[in-house]
Amino acid sequence: MSPQTQVGIDYAKVDEILSSFDYKKSNLIAILQKVQEEFRYLPLDIMTYIGTKIEGLSPATVYGVATFYAQFSLQPKGKYEIKVCDGTACHVRGSMPVLNAIKQSLNLSDGKFTTEDGLFSLETVSCLGACGLAPVVVVNGKVYPQMTADAIKIVIETIMNEEKEGK
Amino acid sequence: MTTTLIDIKKEQEKVKEQIKAQGLRVLVCAGTGCVANGSLKVIEKFKELGANVRPMTHQDKVTIVPTGCHGFCEQGVLVVIPDLDITYVRVKPEDVEEIVESHIKEGKPVERLLYVDPKTNEHVFKNEDINFYAKQTRTTLANCGEINAESLDEALATGAYEALHKVLEQGNPDAVIEEITKSGLRGRGGGGFPTGLKWKFTAANRGGKSYVVCNGDEGDPGAFMDRSVMEGDPHKLLEGMAIAGYAIGADEAYIYVRAEYPLAIHRLRVAIAEAEKRGYLGKNIMGSDFNFEIHIKEGAGAFVCGEETALIASIEGERGMPRPKPPFPANKGLFGRPTLINNVETLANVSTIILKGADWFSSMGTEKSKGTKTFALTGEVNNTGLIEVPMGTTLREIVFDIGGGIRGGKKFKAVQIGGPSGGCLTEEHLDLPMDYDNLIAAGAMVGSGGLVVMNEDTCIVEVARFFMNFTQNESCGKCVPCREGTKNMLKILERIVKGKGEMKDIETLEELATAVKDGSLCGLGKTAPNPVLSTLKYFKDEYIAHIKDKRCPAGVCEAMKVITIDAELCKGCTKCARTCPVGAIEGTVRNPHHIDQSKCIKCGACFNACPFKAIKQN
Repeated sequence: MSPQTQVGIDYAKVDEILSSFDYKKSNLIAILQKVQEEFRYLPLDIMTYIGTKIEGLSPATVYGVATFYAQFSLQPKGKYEIKVCDGTACHVRGSMPVLNAIKQSLNLSDGKFTTEDGLFSLETVSCLGACGLAPVVVVNGKVYPQMTADAIKIVIETIMNEEKEGK
Repeated sequence: MTTTLIDIKKEQEKVKEQIKAQGLRVLVCAGTGCVANGSLKVIEKFKELGANVRPMTHQDKVTIVPTGCHGFCEQGVLVVIPDLDITYVRVKPEDVEEIVESHIKEGKPVERLLYVDPKTNEHVFKNEDINFYAKQTRTTLANCGEINAESLDEALATGAYEALHKVLEQGNPDAVIEEITKSGLRGRGGGGFPTGLKWKFTAANRGGKSYVVCNGDEGDPGAFMDRSVMEGDPHKLLEGMAIAGYAIGADEAYIYVRAEYPLAIHRLRVAIAEAEKRGYLGKNIMGSDFNFEIHIKEGAGAFVCGEETALIASIEGERGMPRPKPPFPANKGLFGRPTLINNVETLANVSTIILKGADWFSSMGTEKSKGTKTFALTGEVNNTGLIEVPMGTTLREIVFDIGGGIRGGKKFKAVQIGGPSGGCLTEEHLDLPMDYDNLIAAGAMVGSGGLVVMNEDTCIVEVARFFMNFTQNESCGKCVPCREGTKNMLKILERIVKGKGEMKDIETLEELATAVKDGSLCGLGKTAPNPVLSTLKYFKDEYIAHIKDKRCPAGVCEAMKVITIDAELCKGCTKCARTCPVGAIEGTVRNPHHIDQSKCIKCGACFNACPFKAIKQN
């Protein structure tokens, strides 16, 4: 997946984040987390910018760190971020049929993680620590416990309907 | 410099009075599990309806206390009222009114909200009588679910910071290390390295700047004991870290927490801020000349960061790749300084050992594994949740007594212990006392303590593939044996579950496993082949069935699944044909139907739809 560039980046915001972390090299991960929270992903230009602003870093190092950790996304995420837990407990209790049902509902094929309209993005995570409620799905921070293929379809449909009505 | 320590007993008396003034305490679980089940709404409702209630116990008022995890997540939302000796399970916001009106006001318990023992079918009133709790020994988790995790006062009332006070009063860091060594505490993060020894190695470098690092990167999928401690009793962890810092001569510390645990991060932040403000952490702790500052570092989703040198790299802001040892962190760790790294659960044991003594701790457990261990019991077992038992407890006691047996009355097949680094244990191990050494001998390991129970419907080869897929994904790519070895092992396993395996694959798997185990740089690679090796040891016949007979004995592997319709049982209701998403089922009304195998995608939809059980898998 190639990283995306974006026009009209609010660099003042980036500077604010950088200074809140004292332009310190050891805070790079925290800085990237904050940038992603703000911009919903890590635009290539911002990574380059950070690499030139902090002493001891290069754009390549920043890119290296950003691509190492699963949390960072170089592509814009959807308005609704769906995380399907595929930890052991969830896997044993059937997280795969749930994942497939979501892919089907959202028309996502393998290798595609965000819907055309940018409304949903889908990812699997290793463990959310809510194993007692397996399998779980998290949509924008809200945990849906003991999911089934049918139940998750209803969740998605509800969000879709709410979006339609809202518009 | 002369210093005067505060009188901790006096402080304790003060907060105990405050808690008494709360009247009837209603504890509502606000751990990650119960929050997902809607506990915040239950708390809101209780606050609304219980505000001006005079309880039948003649206490002045009712106070709602949001607590950390009780461990019995399956039965959430849990509501415990200690003064009424009662535990309510699966409480919904609409149940709150009845609890308040009937029980709190009138003293009549709401029977329909009580836990029902699956064996006797009888209502159970008290926590202590629920089998899940009755067989546990909770020391690390003693306060989880009992106190408001966001209140320092409540922690103080249970004895928090008393051990740190004792240590500061005695003023002998070596004696602290001696006590921890004597207790026999071993690292709870997986390795089982003697904690006292680790402290001693780091303390040998006293004098300059050094650090304490707490490993809260609980990456093992299916484990959540560290999360529960951080969410339920954060001060116990902070106190353990401060004692460790005093012992090794460090004044600064980091807690590295997974980003997937937002609630734990929040509660730790609240706890650190409050403890610093009140002088239990920070500068001149409790009036002494000991300073100790704790920072939080959020992880960013990399399993390998649970390895101590990778974790150090990640705190320094770099890619979380392991570094060769030596030098060991005890000599050259974080920012090049001597560093003590311990796991959350290890550090959470420290204060109790200091208070109750090494002899108390070593009276529990087996000869070489002392104390208690927490386990996350999950998978196909009736009571899932977080448990704590003495080392040496058997698997049978855990799965069948505490766990209440296998769900749906199915047959026990195996447990995976220690996650992707561990191995599986089978029926023959049910009576094996579980401790570090016995598990290693059985080809598994305690690991962080994840226990995933599997029944007869779980395909063991698929599970091995699942773990290999996980470690392969998480391999950082630095050393060749792990990077290439796990990739090739995964390829072979994928082939086998797709029905394309060959007999010589088993030999190649074993050969690769040895190479990866021996040649990898860090713990991730060294343990990655464990699930494959242990399943090959105990379930070789299942591998052979997949390879030779092209058959999955558990009926899981889709490539080998054949779905057919029993013509004798089929009534020709057409339900299956209408359910089939790909139109693979043919037949006319009232005549037996038939599945076109070339079209069937083996989704199993027809299997669930058939009212006559005429559809057979395999």
